[in-house]
Amino acid sequence: MAIITAPGTTEKLGRSEPAIRNNARRNRKIRDNVTGHAFLIGAVLCFALFSWYPMIRGIVMSFQRTKRGVTTWVGWDNYTRIVADPSFWPAWKNTFYFTVLALILGYAVPFFVAILLNELRHAKGYLRILVYLPVMLPPASALFLFKFYAYDPSDAGLFNAILKSLHLPTSQWMQSADATMPAMVIASTWMNMGGAVLIYLASLQNIPGELYEAAELDGAGLWRRIWNVTIPQTRLILALLAMMQIVATMQLFIEPLILANGAGTEDSATTVAYLIYQHGFFQNDLNGAAALGVIMLVVLAAFSAVYVRLTTKQD
Amino acid sequence: MAQESGTRTLVSQAQLRRGRGRIVYWTLLATIILGFTLVFLGPLYWMVTGALKSGTEIAQTPPTLWPQHPETDNYVNAWHDLNLAKLLFNTFYYAIGAVLFQLILDTAAAYALSKLRPALGNVILGAMLATLMIPAMVLIVPQYVTVIDLPIVHVNLLDSPFAIWLPLVANAFNIFLLKRFFDSIPEDLMAAASVDGAGPLRTLWSIILPMSRPILGVVSIFAVTYVWKDFLWPKLVMPSAETRTVSVGIEAFSRGTSMNEIVAASVIAAIPTVIIFLIFQRNIMSGLTAGSVKG
Repeated sequence: MAIITAPGTTEKLGRSEPAIRNNARRNRKIRDNVTGHAFLIGAVLCFALFSWYPMIRGIVMSFQRTKRGVTTWVGWDNYTRIVADPSFWPAWKNTFYFTVLALILGYAVPFFVAILLNELRHAKGYLRILVYLPVMLPPASALFLFKFYAYDPSDAGLFNAILKSLHLPTSQWMQSADATMPAMVIASTWMNMGGAVLIYLASLQNIPGELYEAAELDGAGLWRRIWNVTIPQTRLILALLAMMQIVATMQLFIEPLILANGAGTEDSATTVAYLIYQHGFFQNDLNGAAALGVIMLVVLAAFSAVYVRLTTKQD
Repeated sequence: MAQESGTRTLVSQAQLRRGRGRIVYWTLLATIILGFTLVFLGPLYWMVTGALKSGTEIAQTPPTLWPQHPETDNYVNAWHDLNLAKLLFNTFYYAIGAVLFQLILDTAAAYALSKLRPALGNVILGAMLATLMIPAMVLIVPQYVTVIDLPIVHVNLLDSPFAIWLPLVANAFNIFLLKRFFDSIPEDLMAAASVDGAGPLRTLWSIILPMSRPILGVVSIFAVTYVWKDFLWPKLVMPSAETRTVSVGIEAFSRGTSMNEIVAASVIAAIPTVIIFLIFQRNIMSGLTAGSVKG
């Protein structure tokens, strides 16, 4: 913002009208700047202390080692140590496995639930409340319900009782290495799908009705209308939520902690987030945990780059 | 709640009214209502009634649908053994503080960024929004290290409520929501207030805030539910038994206590957020979609 008042004009006795106005404006500008930053300072300090600084500190820490209060630079040592941890590869394998399962279940299911709800003319409010209700439960509460009552490996458990009454084979759930991940995905989808359903519903309501009208006149059946109208019209939201889902599943922590007591049988539940916690707060290895955090950030950045490429290409 | 014609969806109104379409529609509606009630309310029913069963009844096969001798022992024992009153009070205290800190500091910041527009405002906004890209788990270790020894002042915030309140102010989503709402308030109103001699604080207090009640409500509700649901961060920064939140407290006791008692405690811990949801469900749902659809 250039201030156009020429120097000296204000000093003159007979000040001209525009000069006074300019001067007043300049004073207001300065005052607004000062008050503006005064209003900002609280939030900016919090961001600086708890977001911006930790970001840099995390990267710095991953190249250091603190022993008995003495911090030294150790190069890539933390990274090599964390990669050599026998749980490192299982943790990534489990995290990706969970991400894939969650994309199939936790991503496709809410979309079709939203399409279904959008077609209904009755009980919409009730159904929306039902879908969102689990989102409001504290995750610890919901997970203890699953752990003790639903995934009880004996026939007294809810899921096994249902399976048994349908004459299907029962499962050991969290006691079995194979069932651990699917069981965690089921619990996590039940807890979290409400948010995605509501977001899809809102974007479905923005689709102009004429598009369906036109498609129907052209003889498009139900599935063709979904494929050629609904999905293209909600493309951006679909892509955005896919990205958000990947970021969220990468941070899977409380599910393994509560359902599987952390690692589960034979490392079947260890996730990358749990490994960060394990290193940082049990093995007294904050530097190794920071290094794993940086690795996670790099992996997510790669996903984001792919996402940006895919979503900007079409426009 | 029937929607009138005008907003047409995948299937046309006319098709649903015709003979076969009508039968399919009503069958589908009944199935969905029944199915959704079973899937989403069923587990909650199981949880509440399960905790009313005795230890022998819960281990019975097949499980009983309705407790044979309902007893409130589990709830009463959980309340005393886990000191739930203290845990609930702690969580409530952290939640209220988080609301106050967010409302005051985030509203002030969003107001400055939207209306006062100081120099470098856009750079600051960009740096704030950039934090949305960084997953919480990546920052957990350096944030913890920062909290146990704050830079410059060298204060340890462990077991202090500020360890929960202050990091929550750094919430870019709130800043974004509030700023977008303030942006929609016409500039003329600001100019009029200025002509009447109102300073920035006065304008914020008497003009902006009264108009922003809906969005302030959404921010407050989200802050309360966030604190109530959060787990890992309070587990790390509130290590003492006296300062724990309710979720962390239940988890800490889960290994040495009977499972019925833990589930009973889980039910009690979930009651406040469920009540908040039932009261404010309209605000919560509209706030959720407001931030995401247009972004």
